[in-house]
Amino acid sequence: MRLKDAALDRLRDAVRTPDLSGTRYRLVGPIGRGGMGAVFEVEDEVLKRRLAVKVVEVPFDGESPAEALLSEARVLARLEHPGLVPVHDAGRLPDGRAFYAMKLVQGERLDAALARLTTLPERLRLFLRVCEPVAFAHANGVIHRDLKPSNVMVGPFGEVLVLDWGLARSLEARELGDASGTPGFMAPEQAAAGPVDARADVYGLGALLDAMLRVAPAPPRPKALVAIVARATAAERDERYPDVLALAADVTRLLDGERVEAHAEGPLERAGRLVRRHRVAVGLVAAYLLTRGLFILLRR
Amino acid sequence: MTRFPDTRGSLVAAVKSGDGEARARALETLAEAYWKPVYTYVRLKAGREHDEAADLTQEFFARLVEKEWLERFDPSKARLRTYLRVLVDGLVANEWKARNRLKRGGGISVLSLDFETVRREVEERSGEGELSPEDFFEKEWVRSVFSMAVERFDERCTADGHALRFALFSAYDLEGDAAVERPRYEDLARRFETSAVDVTNQLAAARRDFRRILLDLLRELTVSDAEFRAEARALLGVEPPA
Repeated sequence: MRLKDAALDRLRDAVRTPDLSGTRYRLVGPIGRGGMGAVFEVEDEVLKRRLAVKVVEVPFDGESPAEALLSEARVLARLEHPGLVPVHDAGRLPDGRAFYAMKLVQGERLDAALARLTTLPERLRLFLRVCEPVAFAHANGVIHRDLKPSNVMVGPFGEVLVLDWGLARSLEARELGDASGTPGFMAPEQAAAGPVDARADVYGLGALLDAMLRVAPAPPRPKALVAIVARATAAERDERYPDVLALAADVTRLLDGERVEAHAEGPLERAGRLVRRHRVAVGLVAAYLLTRGLFILLRR
Repeated sequence: MTRFPDTRGSLVAAVKSGDGEARARALETLAEAYWKPVYTYVRLKAGREHDEAADLTQEFFARLVEKEWLERFDPSKARLRTYLRVLVDGLVANEWKARNRLKRGGGISVLSLDFETVRREVEERSGEGELSPEDFFEKEWVRSVFSMAVERFDERCTADGHALRFALFSAYDLEGDAAVERPRYEDLARRFETSAVDVTNQLAAARRDFRRILLDLLRELTVSDAEFRAEARALLGVEPPA
């Protein structure tokens, strides 16, 4: 037997398609592929709603992607936050593959959203919304370990979702290091398969912030912001922000025109920042002084 | 060729074992999975004509046994199919040995391989220049593994009394070309004189069984779990995680 190309394509498609027979789900179509498996849109025929189902592409034994997928589902199930996708169901399909069903996320990729957000404050505010679910996860003992632009989605109402918790680890298990992650967004200690803690995500968020600021049209970067990114992505984790809240607080200070912790500013920089921060008051004083000066000149 | 080897372990392990019957069966299965990739690779990479490529393919599998090449395979260094492709390169490079291939004795039986069907395919494709010989080797390997899985599934269905299941699977997943849409379940139900519900159930079961057979076959053709995972991704066209 010699299969034609078309038959080969069909068979590949057939083998990859999840077997939903006997389940409450009906396949609608493929959505995409993540680090851990493929995601499909399905109809929940009991509750009559659309969901997304993530499926491991190939079954394996032991410490495997199947276990990792179910572990991801369990991590998400215990984290209830508007910035995290809620999990509704998990288990094994009739073909043996692990799956979990989650809310069908409508939205756009982060880079697409950033192309519309052209000013620095808009981008920083979006970044702060990314920090929220990550900080929430840390507070619940979970680190993401794979923060990068493709794992962030922006919904139609500006809501931000942090996706793909396939590499997430319990903070209690942080001594069990491995080198999984994405180069460029992965902390050095994670790349070296060393023990990681919440500061690995601080590094990931710093790299993410850097990437967010590079998307065209890239807004100008003040020195203080450069310093924030540098501190968040410091090679030595002791030199990074101790946690995500500290990073977010420094970004908030920058947005509010306050002095940021990561940057030692000079007198001129400080004056410039104060002028920008108190623009209205400075403008009124300047207008008063100008008027007063003109008045004095005219009286002479 | 033997369709249902009792062993579900690695064929390479079977070749290395002292069990003569298991070894012969494993070699047959390996040859079945790899002769088409080897033939097309020899034709495209080395530019050999049909007759010479067919002889070299036979020679390759004879030497695989004679020289105990599989015994020297180290799965920590390469995938099996990469190792075999490198061996083909070495065989082709040793022209003088290849010229003497049919003169040597040794009692190695010549495999019964239908080169004509592959010949037509290679000659139709060789002018397209879209794939490198290495890519063509990979693609032929994928085609061989899927083809073997289909044959095994056919035989399993026949043995288990599920002829209708294979007929529906064949009509839905094998027939037609890329430009033709798959038949509707209602049309299949009429054609095979059954219900649309039965078609749905039979196709779901067929895909589930076929998938299992395909992955079982792949486990036989690989040595380690890591190689199995990597080859499963290649076989299914799945990109590795970023």
